[in-house]
Amino acid sequence: MNFLAVIGRIVFSFLDAAGRIGIFAVTAFSHMLTPPYYPRELFKQMMNIGYYSLPVVGLTTLFTGAALAVNISEGSSRFNAESTLPIIVVIGIVRELGPTLCGLIVAGRVSAAMAAELGTMRVTEQIDALTTLSTDPFKYLIAPRILATIIMVPLMLVVVADTIGVMGGYLLATSKLGYNSGNYMKATMDFLEVIDVAASLTKGAVFGFFIALMGCYHGFNTRGGAQGVGIATTNAVVSACIMILLSNYVVTEMFFSS
Amino acid sequence: MSDTAKISLKALRKTFGPKVVLDSIDLDVLAGESMVIIGGSGSGKSVTLKCILGLLIPDSGSIKIDGTEMIGISGAKRKEILTKFGMLFQGGALFDSLPVWENVAFGLLAQRLYDRKDAQEIAIEKLRRVGLTPDVAFLNPAELSGGMQKRVGLARAIAADPDIIFFDEPTTGLDPIMADVINELIVECVKDVGATALTITHDMASVRKIADHVSMIYHGKMIWAGKKEDIDHSGNEYIEQFINGKAEGPIKMEILKS
Repeated sequence: MNFLAVIGRIVFSFLDAAGRIGIFAVTAFSHMLTPPYYPRELFKQMMNIGYYSLPVVGLTTLFTGAALAVNISEGSSRFNAESTLPIIVVIGIVRELGPTLCGLIVAGRVSAAMAAELGTMRVTEQIDALTTLSTDPFKYLIAPRILATIIMVPLMLVVVADTIGVMGGYLLATSKLGYNSGNYMKATMDFLEVIDVAASLTKGAVFGFFIALMGCYHGFNTRGGAQGVGIATTNAVVSACIMILLSNYVVTEMFFSS
Repeated sequence: MSDTAKISLKALRKTFGPKVVLDSIDLDVLAGESMVIIGGSGSGKSVTLKCILGLLIPDSGSIKIDGTEMIGISGAKRKEILTKFGMLFQGGALFDSLPVWENVAFGLLAQRLYDRKDAQEIAIEKLRRVGLTPDVAFLNPAELSGGMQKRVGLARAIAADPDIIFFDEPTTGLDPIMADVINELIVECVKDVGATALTITHDMASVRKIADHVSMIYHGKMIWAGKKEDIDHSGNEYIEQFINGKAEGPIKMEILKS
């Protein structure tokens, strides 16, 4: 009986949190669609989220592409299928590793920053101050962050992650594994399809949405002082990462399930 | 009396779980009057202010601003009424991502009353009004001392020439001289703007400097109200204990002793 009660409490608690986050998301979207708009804030967030995440995303996917090439080369040589290396690298990076790694890195960087900034604004009454200055915090703080992340993660960061990831595999394959540069590029271009790129960008947009949503939700609802900000930041990163991995599977099924 | 009151509270009640924070509060503040609410920490002063501003929703009762009922009012109407308000927060609540002048001009820019150049000029003029030089306008709030941050907060509160200004513990954390400077500025600014002022504090020096009328909250109830001149011979033992700062008396501090 007690065991059932514990299960019940967990289920209700999960549903309660999901409901709150859902309402938060719907409210944020409704504020995105109605004026006033804050283009200056949107641009600032786009720079913060997109431009300043480029180095870490680029470096991560460059080395991942190279490591993938080494692994595929070694594995495929066991059954004389070395020629499949460029194909597996490009499909692996574009469909899966590029957007997922990019999402997880941006979750660590951006989701945490959003939760910490909004949480600090909450506990120092800056969000209350916005309200008293006739400014809706959802329009000024939440909507630009979510919109900027949905735009910048797929259109800048995932594109860069995919390109540099494939380049990492190419550089290693041509410089160390003896692959011909022209043949490698031809195989890559021949086997990369529009649906691969579409899936990659869709994943980027979905991941971007969850990264910003979790950062904003946990930051905006911070309680207490410095400890509350710390808890909000941790929760934001953990929940964003979980949602990225979960939604990655769902989007992959949507695009590629036979 | 409440027909002509700028701010009128009737039977205001607010609870947090089982804890009753405001218990049937009545208060009238006349136009042009400076009302100070005194009371110990945790007595419900800040909650009263936040209920008036709509930052907290009361359980029951009535809040009228210029005769307009605020409880249950639409978001757009509330936003319109909030343009009448200015607020000085206890910790300043300055936006640390914006320079000082943008903090001061935030309400003007949010209401699209001025372009950025004109808003900056008004902000510098308001900063001068509170004794700060124009070079301060381009600093970040983190570069200012506590007293300067209070002054910037005051400049922000009066920037849009509001009808009603709220002061939340305006002298907390300041040395006695700076506290007196802030009190003087509050009196001057309120007179200049011709505003109605509602201050919450437990600093008796502030009360004597700022107030026309004084009310006292104890355990969520309004236990005394009268003119500032009457406070020293109120005949109320709670008031006498509070203004003399004595441990002995009807007000019992909740101190856990081991």
